[in-house]
Amino acid sequence: MIGRLAGALALGLFLLGILGPSSAANARDQLIIGATQFPSNLHPNIDSMLAKSYVLGLTQRPFTTYDATWQLVCLLCTELPTFENGKAKIEDLPPGFKRDRGTTFCKTADPALATKGIAATYTIQPNATWGDGTPVTTDDVMFTYEVGKNEKSGVSNSELYRRIVRIDVIDKKTFTMHFDRVEFGYNGINDFELVPAHLERAPFGDPTTYRNRTLYSTDPTNPGLWFGPYKVTSMEPGSQIVLDANPTWWGTPPQIKRIVFKTIENSAALEANLLSGSVDYIAGELGLDMDQALGFEQRHKDAYDITYKPVIYYEHLTPNLDNPIFADKRVRQALLYALDRTALTQQLFAGHQPVADSDVSPLDWIHTDDVAKYAHDPAKAAALLDEAGWKLGADGLRHDAGGKPLGFELNTTAGERTRELVEQVLQSQWKAVGVAVRIRNEPARVLFGETINQRKFTGLALFAWLSSPENVPFTTLHSTMVPTAENGWAGQNYAGYRNGAMDDLIDCIEVELDRGKREQMWHKLQALYAEDLPDLPLYFRAQAFIFPKWLKGITPTGHQYQSTLWAEQWRIEP
Amino acid sequence: MIRFIARRLVETLLVLLVMSVCIYGLIGLMPGDPIDLMLTADPHLTTADVVRLKAVYGLDQPLVDRYLAWLGAAVHGDFGYSRLQSQPVLQVLAPRLGNTLLLMGISLAIALAIAIPAGVWAASRPRSLADNLINLFAFAGMSIPAFWLGILLIILFAVTLGVLPASGTASPGVNSLADRATYLILPVATLTIVTVGGELRYVRSAMLEVLRQDFLRTARAKGVSPRRVLFGHALRNAMIPFVTVVALDFGTLFSGAQITETLFGYLGMGKTIYDAIMGNDYNLAMVGLLLATTTVLLANLVADLAYAWLDPRITYR
Repeated sequence: MIGRLAGALALGLFLLGILGPSSAANARDQLIIGATQFPSNLHPNIDSMLAKSYVLGLTQRPFTTYDATWQLVCLLCTELPTFENGKAKIEDLPPGFKRDRGTTFCKTADPALATKGIAATYTIQPNATWGDGTPVTTDDVMFTYEVGKNEKSGVSNSELYRRIVRIDVIDKKTFTMHFDRVEFGYNGINDFELVPAHLERAPFGDPTTYRNRTLYSTDPTNPGLWFGPYKVTSMEPGSQIVLDANPTWWGTPPQIKRIVFKTIENSAALEANLLSGSVDYIAGELGLDMDQALGFEQRHKDAYDITYKPVIYYEHLTPNLDNPIFADKRVRQALLYALDRTALTQQLFAGHQPVADSDVSPLDWIHTDDVAKYAHDPAKAAALLDEAGWKLGADGLRHDAGGKPLGFELNTTAGERTRELVEQVLQSQWKAVGVAVRIRNEPARVLFGETINQRKFTGLALFAWLSSPENVPFTTLHSTMVPTAENGWAGQNYAGYRNGAMDDLIDCIEVELDRGKREQMWHKLQALYAEDLPDLPLYFRAQAFIFPKWLKGITPTGHQYQSTLWAEQWRIEP
Repeated sequence: MIRFIARRLVETLLVLLVMSVCIYGLIGLMPGDPIDLMLTADPHLTTADVVRLKAVYGLDQPLVDRYLAWLGAAVHGDFGYSRLQSQPVLQVLAPRLGNTLLLMGISLAIALAIAIPAGVWAASRPRSLADNLINLFAFAGMSIPAFWLGILLIILFAVTLGVLPASGTASPGVNSLADRATYLILPVATLTIVTVGGELRYVRSAMLEVLRQDFLRTARAKGVSPRRVLFGHALRNAMIPFVTVVALDFGTLFSGAQITETLFGYLGMGKTIYDAIMGNDYNLAMVGLLLATTTVLLANLVADLAYAWLDPRITYR
C-alpha cells in the first residue's frame, strides 16, 4: 500500500516537473510586467484608463509630453514650437468665431487677447514610420483631427480638438495648428495621439460604429497600428498583451526584445506571481497599494529594488460648503490643525507619501512652500472652534449656542483599505477636539456616480484628484463649475467653492504667457487655497515600483505620462 | 418525454425574458452610468464631452427605450458590443464560458468522484474512525474560504516549490494542451476542495436515510450482497435528492467561481459578469447573466430527466 502511494507521489511530482510553468525558463531578453488593470481597448483616443496609456507608451509616441522632470518635451515632433523660435505666433481668430469656453476671461489681461488665437507649427520626426513600413505623415494628422472632432466617433476627451480652429498642412511632415485661444499651454498637444489614416479610414466610414469597428479592437496585432519601440503581437483580452520590438522604430533600439503585460487584478496574487517568477516587475503605476508594498519590502527587500515615487494623485477632503458648519473658514482651518498629518503619513505610509499643503504637487515647478501650514496644533484648533461658536460641552463634544453638536458625515470609497484606515485616524483626532464624525462609506460607483458628482454628501468626502503638471484647476475650483441640477451636474467643483479672487487667478493664469509672471500668480493661487481651504489637503500618494535586481533604466515620472514612454531606455543587466 | 422537454424549453425562454427585464432594470437603477464612471477616471473630460458621450452611447435615452432597443436587436441575434472590452459581446463571452465550464466541469467531476464513494463509505460505517475522519475532511473543506485556500496553494506550489504557475490561462506565446492544463491545476484544486465537503455531507446523510428503509432490510434478508445493497439499491435511491443538490450547486459554482477566477487571473464568466455590472457594461452583463441563467436552467432540466432515469416510477408527460 505504502509502495503504491509512494509510486503515485513520484508520478505526480514527475508530471508536475514536466508540466511546470514555462516562465521558469524565462530568458532574460523578455520582461513580464505585472499590473492590476487591463485596458478596455487600445485605441489611443477612445476611453481613457491608466492601463491603456501604460501599454500605449510602449507602442506609440505623442507629439509632446511631460518628462520625468515635469518639463514639456517633444517626442514625435522635432522641436517644440515657441514664440522665441518663431514656430508659434499670436493671430486673429476668424470673424465671428466662438470659443468653446468663452464665458470668462482674465479681467486684467489685454482684452484684445480674447479675440486672438495661436498658430503653432510642428514637424514630425523624419523617420517616424508605422509598423507596416508606411511613413507617419500629415495625412495621419489630418485623419486624427477628423476623428477627434467628429461628435459621433466616441473619442472620450475632445477638448483639444475643440480648441483647434483648423490645421494647415505644409508638407508631408510639417503642419500648423491654429488654436482658438491664447494660453500658456499652447504648444502642449499631449492628447493629440495619432491613428493611422491608411488603416483606420475604412472603419471610420461610418463614424457612429467606428468605436466598435476600429482595428485597435478588431485587429490589434496589425503592425500598421503601432509606431513606438514595441508592437502588439498577441493579445488575450483581460489577461495579457505580448509586445515585441518594432523593427520600424526610428529611435534607439530597445534592449529588451519582448515585453509581456500581464494582468492579475488581485494584488495578493500579483505579489505571489512576482515571488514565483511568473511576473518579473510590478509597475508602480498599476501595482500594489502602499501598505502592501511596505509589507512586501519588509519581507523581500534584499531580493528586489523598491522605489517609492510621490505622484500627482492629491488625496484630500472635500467639504460641502453649503453645510453651515463648513461655510465658516475657521472650522475648516480648525479641522486641519486638529490632524497630525505628518504622523499619519509616517505611521501608515512610512513617510513615503508627502503631506500636502495645497493641490499643487511639490514636484511641480509652480509649487511654493510659502503658504499657510497647518502643523498639528490641537490648542489652536480648539481656539478656532471656540471663536466660531462651537464650545466644548460636558459630553466631550462641541455645541453651538443652540446646543446642536458639532458633527458630520465622512464619506469615502467602501472597501479601499488605506482610505478606511485614514478615516479612522481622522475620526479619532477630531474626536480629541470635540468633533463627532460618522463614517458612511459607499461603493466607488455610488460615491462617484451620485453622492459626490451630485453633491449629495453633507459633510466631508475623502477622495483623490489626478491632474497633470501645471494644471489649471478650472473645473475643480472655478465658481462656474459647481455642479447643479440646472447645469446637468456639470463641473467638478464639488465643494461649491465660490471666490472671485480665485476665479480671477484661474482666468489670468491661463492667458499669462510669461513664465515668471505666471509663477507669481501660481504662488498667489496656492496661498489663497491654503488660506481658504476649499478642500482640506491630506497628502500626495506615492507609487511603489518593485524592480528585479537585473532591471535598470526605468524612471518613474510621478505624473500621468508614464514611464513606458521611455521604454527604449530600459535595460537588463546581469 | 419530448413534450415535457419542449414545455420546459418554452418555460426557459419565458424565464429568460423576465430575467432580462429584471437585470436591465436593476443595472439601470444603479447610481452612475458609464460616462459618470469615465469622468472620475479622467478629470479633464469637460461637460461638453459628457453630454456628447452620453448621446453616443445612447445613455440620454429613457431606460425603457434602451431596453426595447436592446431586446429588438437581441431577437435578431445582435447582442451588441461590450463597452469594457470593445468587442462583440458573444466574442468576449464564448471563450470565457468555455473556460468556466471547463473549470467547473473538472472541479465538479473530481468533487463528485470523491464525495460519492467517501459519502457512501462514511454512511456505511456511521460513527466509526473512518466516518469521523471523512467528516473532519468535509467540514474543513466547507469552512476554508476560497480566497485563503487559493493564496495558500499559490504560495506552496508556485512560490515555494515553483512547480505550477501562479495565475493565468496559458504561458505567453505557448499554445499547448499541457501548458493550459498546468494553469488549471490550482484553480481546480481550490474549487474542488471548497465544493467537495458539502456534497460529501449530503451523500452521507442521504445514504444514512436510505439505509434505514425497509426495502434494504428485505434485500439483505433475501441474501443480496452488501456491496450490491449499498451501490445497487441504496445509492441509487439516495441519488435522487443528491441530483437536485448538484443541479443547484451548478449555479453556485457558476457565480462562486468568481473569487477563484480573480485570484488565479483565470478568464471566466464569474469575473467577467462582475466587472460588467460594476463597469455598467449593459450588453456584457445582460448576456453574461442570461447565459448563466440558461446554464442553471438547463442543469435543472437535466436533473429532472435524471430523476426519471434513477427512479422508473417517475414519468414526465
